[in-house]
Amino acid sequence: MKFSLSWLKDHLDTQADAATVAEALTRVGLEVEGVSNAADALAPFTIARVLTAERHPQADKLQVLSVDAGNGPMQVVCGAPNARAGLVGIFGPPGAYVPGLDVTLKVAAIRGVESNGMMCSARELQLGEGHDGIVELPGDAPVGVAYAQWAGLDDPVFDVSITPNRQDCMGVRGIARDLAAAGLGTLKPLAVPSIAGEGAAAVAIRTDDPEGCPAFYGRTVAGVANGPSPDWLRRRLEAVDQRSISALVDITNYVMIDLGRPLHVYDMAKLSGALVARRARDGESVEALNGKTYALTPAMTVIADDVGVHDIGGIMGGEHSGVVDATTDIVIECAYFDPAAIARTGQALGLTSDARQRFERGVDPAFLDDGLAIATGLVLDLCGGRPSEVIRAGAPPVTPRTVAFDPARTPALGGIDVPADRQRAILESLGFGVGGDWTVTVPSWRRDVDGTADLVEEVVRIAGLDSVPSTPLARAEGVAKPTASDAQLVERRIRRAAAARGLHEAVTWSFISEEEARPFGGGAWTLANPISESLKVMRPSLLPGLVAAAQRNRARGEDAVRLFEIGRRYAADAEHPTLGFVRSVDEVGLGGREPGGWAAAKADALALIAAVSGRDLAQRLRVEAPASPWYHPGRSGVLKLGARPVAEFGELHPELLRAAGLRHAACAGELFLDALTLRRAGKKPAYAPNPLQPVKRDFAFVLPEDKPAAQLDLAIRKADKLVEDVTFFDLFRLPSGERSLALRVTLQPAQASFTDAELKAISDRIVAAAEKAGASLRG
Amino acid sequence: MTDIATLQGELLAAIAAAAAPDALEAQRVHALGKQGVVTGLLKTLGAMSADERQAEGPRIHGLREAVTAAIAERKAALDRAALDARLAAEREDVTLPYGLPAAGSVHPVSQVMDELAEIFADLGFAVATGPEIEDDWHNFTALNIPELHPARAMHDTFYFPDEREGRKMLLRTHTSPVQIRTMLNQPPPIRIIAPGRTYRSDSDATHTPMFHQVEGLVIDRGIHMGHLKWTLETFVRAFFERDDIVLRMRPSYFPFTEPSAEVDVGYTRKDGKRIIGGGEPDGWMEILGSGMVHPKVLAACGLDPEEWSGFAFGCGIDRLAMLKYGMDDLRAFFDGDLRWLRTYGFASLDVPTLSGGISA
Repeated sequence: MKFSLSWLKDHLDTQADAATVAEALTRVGLEVEGVSNAADALAPFTIARVLTAERHPQADKLQVLSVDAGNGPMQVVCGAPNARAGLVGIFGPPGAYVPGLDVTLKVAAIRGVESNGMMCSARELQLGEGHDGIVELPGDAPVGVAYAQWAGLDDPVFDVSITPNRQDCMGVRGIARDLAAAGLGTLKPLAVPSIAGEGAAAVAIRTDDPEGCPAFYGRTVAGVANGPSPDWLRRRLEAVDQRSISALVDITNYVMIDLGRPLHVYDMAKLSGALVARRARDGESVEALNGKTYALTPAMTVIADDVGVHDIGGIMGGEHSGVVDATTDIVIECAYFDPAAIARTGQALGLTSDARQRFERGVDPAFLDDGLAIATGLVLDLCGGRPSEVIRAGAPPVTPRTVAFDPARTPALGGIDVPADRQRAILESLGFGVGGDWTVTVPSWRRDVDGTADLVEEVVRIAGLDSVPSTPLARAEGVAKPTASDAQLVERRIRRAAAARGLHEAVTWSFISEEEARPFGGGAWTLANPISESLKVMRPSLLPGLVAAAQRNRARGEDAVRLFEIGRRYAADAEHPTLGFVRSVDEVGLGGREPGGWAAAKADALALIAAVSGRDLAQRLRVEAPASPWYHPGRSGVLKLGARPVAEFGELHPELLRAAGLRHAACAGELFLDALTLRRAGKKPAYAPNPLQPVKRDFAFVLPEDKPAAQLDLAIRKADKLVEDVTFFDLFRLPSGERSLALRVTLQPAQASFTDAELKAISDRIVAAAEKAGASLRG
Repeated sequence: MTDIATLQGELLAAIAAAAAPDALEAQRVHALGKQGVVTGLLKTLGAMSADERQAEGPRIHGLREAVTAAIAERKAALDRAALDARLAAEREDVTLPYGLPAAGSVHPVSQVMDELAEIFADLGFAVATGPEIEDDWHNFTALNIPELHPARAMHDTFYFPDEREGRKMLLRTHTSPVQIRTMLNQPPPIRIIAPGRTYRSDSDATHTPMFHQVEGLVIDRGIHMGHLKWTLETFVRAFFERDDIVLRMRPSYFPFTEPSAEVDVGYTRKDGKRIIGGGEPDGWMEILGSGMVHPKVLAACGLDPEEWSGFAFGCGIDRLAMLKYGMDDLRAFFDGDLRWLRTYGFASLDVPTLSGGISA
């Protein structure tokens, strides 16, 4: 919402300058987004008189002027055909920036004659389109005075962001009322002309849609003369970025901005029959003033005559029945449209307008008669004509609302002690009626206010939010309790464990393309209105985003991509917190080469699980192969705790890498954080080290390819209860293709040191168990 | 007598001349072995008279001790020389560049979330979460944003074609539905923050279709705007680690709070840059929205507005990170560019703590 200081002063009696007004606007909740002044750009330009005009000695089309800009004659070369002695115009001295030319003036010789500045055209100063010659001002314009000041252009324009609850401030008068309440001046009374209508309107007006258009007021004015608006009106509208169109159209825009009251004017000559507010019929359409044609539905309220639709009620007028310069007889519409209906229609059509913004927030339902009178008065003033009597079809919802208020609620909720009589004064200055028993009557223009908290807000914002004293929250008594849940601790711990393993945390989009989702079984949730095809499906896995990020980094020349992300996978029934990681690393560098492939991914998965759930749990996990289809079928696995999968790991499927454009091998994994339990460090077992020395025994077994090593490991662990640990320390392939696995078994004596016979017996049991698992002791 | 002195001289010279451990061993056997010359002298002591023994004993024993000591000393010298030779042979070029082990990082958004959790834990706020795929009741209706309310249209909502229990499904446009879920699931008093991902159909240098917000909610008896102001001042000062930060509250409008306030933080200019804080601000930056929980929202959650009151606030986490750590393009947050992550990420052990400092 834009308005100028002079416009504001039509309604507010104040001496405040622009800065004071801006500060007060923001203070009461009308956020100032900018203050500009057209005069700032024109500051160096002054009014000047042409004393003499001689032909340029070197050029036919140029003249050499002697110009007085208040400091005596100066020589200026000018090419304008209308330049002549005695003309009063606008002079730009050297150093002035000419906005329309994007040039800064300087003293220069033009065809050998020195020129000390420039007489300007309207277009050069961006005052208008005129470029036939230099600006001609009235002969009595004061020479030497700044032009902008003399022309009344020195008028700051405020751009204020109006929140959706304050329809009343979508008119200058509402803003003035707030500023008056804030102590910036006095609200002037609103002048409403009394219009004596002559006879009945020449057009019948009625509403057949009391829900969408409860009230349709209007009158005709015969014998108007439309045309350009007077300067004051044109300038006011242009200052707030409204294009001046014609006096009749400008009047409706003026009243809308001035008073928040949208109106519409029809050319009676283009209507046939009664003008009716009704629901649109199936198949109807209208060409609106913006030149676009809109298909209408029976849910929409329109204004129509016997022939067809002329107006999308309360949103935009129609192209065909709008006024033109030749218009002589008009119908002025002043209606009340239901805010929800306007919102529905506007959303359905995807059509916004200044009128819609006001109607859907709810215009003052008690201002139809006055609004119509003010608009009629302006029409009569500017265009003449004979007004009819007013037709009032339907009735606006004007039932007064009251709130039983208790001024004690202001300190209780607002935290600020405002004396009761001051509260009363604030509310009354905003137009509220305050009864002796604090029954507060809400003014008709404040649709947003319907309860105690609203009134507290009114008092607090005018009294000043900044004066609310800071009040510490009481600290809870006793020992501070932890505030993070187990799930959050799992995330925090695993995040830092992953970073410690050399992985960089990325945050990638929660939505991906359908193509990216497809190898992962597709997404369970697809947006109806995605911002683009690439951000459309809620990800079923974190890997597509990470693989894409890995590809981008690789394409930038990174040798080593190690990424992880903690976020959610979106299943049909739930969102699963997940850690995903991707490694794509060239084996470069002398130290600590990383094992590539599935082994690296498995190591990551186990280490991260151990960090969260403890090493004991990580040790108990079973591995099943393979993992999901987006992994290499022979080099991937699922880590399970009992029957519950807690992670997947492996090398990524070559097809997936190819689709993602990743031309390097990559391994990856996902940890299902909602399947992991948090190990709490607090509880410790009693310290009871076994005094007996453990015994280590090394074995080498031959294991066929189809027998999983995990089964061998498990079999040996279960071979005897004194087996404490099994460590695989060597693997090589025999010429037969079978694997030779070397492992060390740690045996912990329980009661007494082992005898040779006992050790032999345990070794035998280990070998027997290994054989059951498909291994044979290597000779 | 001369014999012993001479013998000692010869033996010590031979020991000193032994160039290798086996030569030294030969000398030991020659002197102290079963058949050794010194051993032979010691054996003569038994046949001597007491007087002779008195005179010869110390000399022969002195000889033995001198030879023993010389052998030990020579052995140590030879061992040291052998070790020196080995070490010289084992010498390697330790200037060989191995590089540092791979270092990962924590994303600044996560780091800031940890910072927030730490700051608010000190104020007694627990961390709450909720679904990102929400229904329109939790995201709008319960927050006093009925269908067709202009504020609903202003949210640029991503919708799904799906419905659940008759409610339209959408991506939450703010973290405020967590307020509703918290109030419905736990009795007051309540103090929570709810950080998480949020979504709006908007995209430019300062808006991305996905971003992060943190919601704060306090419900108790006797809570008012003063508590809100104090909480926000305490939070912002702790987060930016400056005592001289000035906040400005401006009346504003959110359907789910009444009264509502937008909060600006004062900045000062230094070398052309905006620095958060400074007692005499040169300007204001909007950082969050807040207000007293609307009575209709309390009622929608089954709380009696006559008994309970509270405040709520919501703040962009990405923006907080940008203001604190100096990133200028929001889109880079979600690109996974390692160059950016190495610049703005945090080391795994940069854990924000109250004792160690929020900025770790």
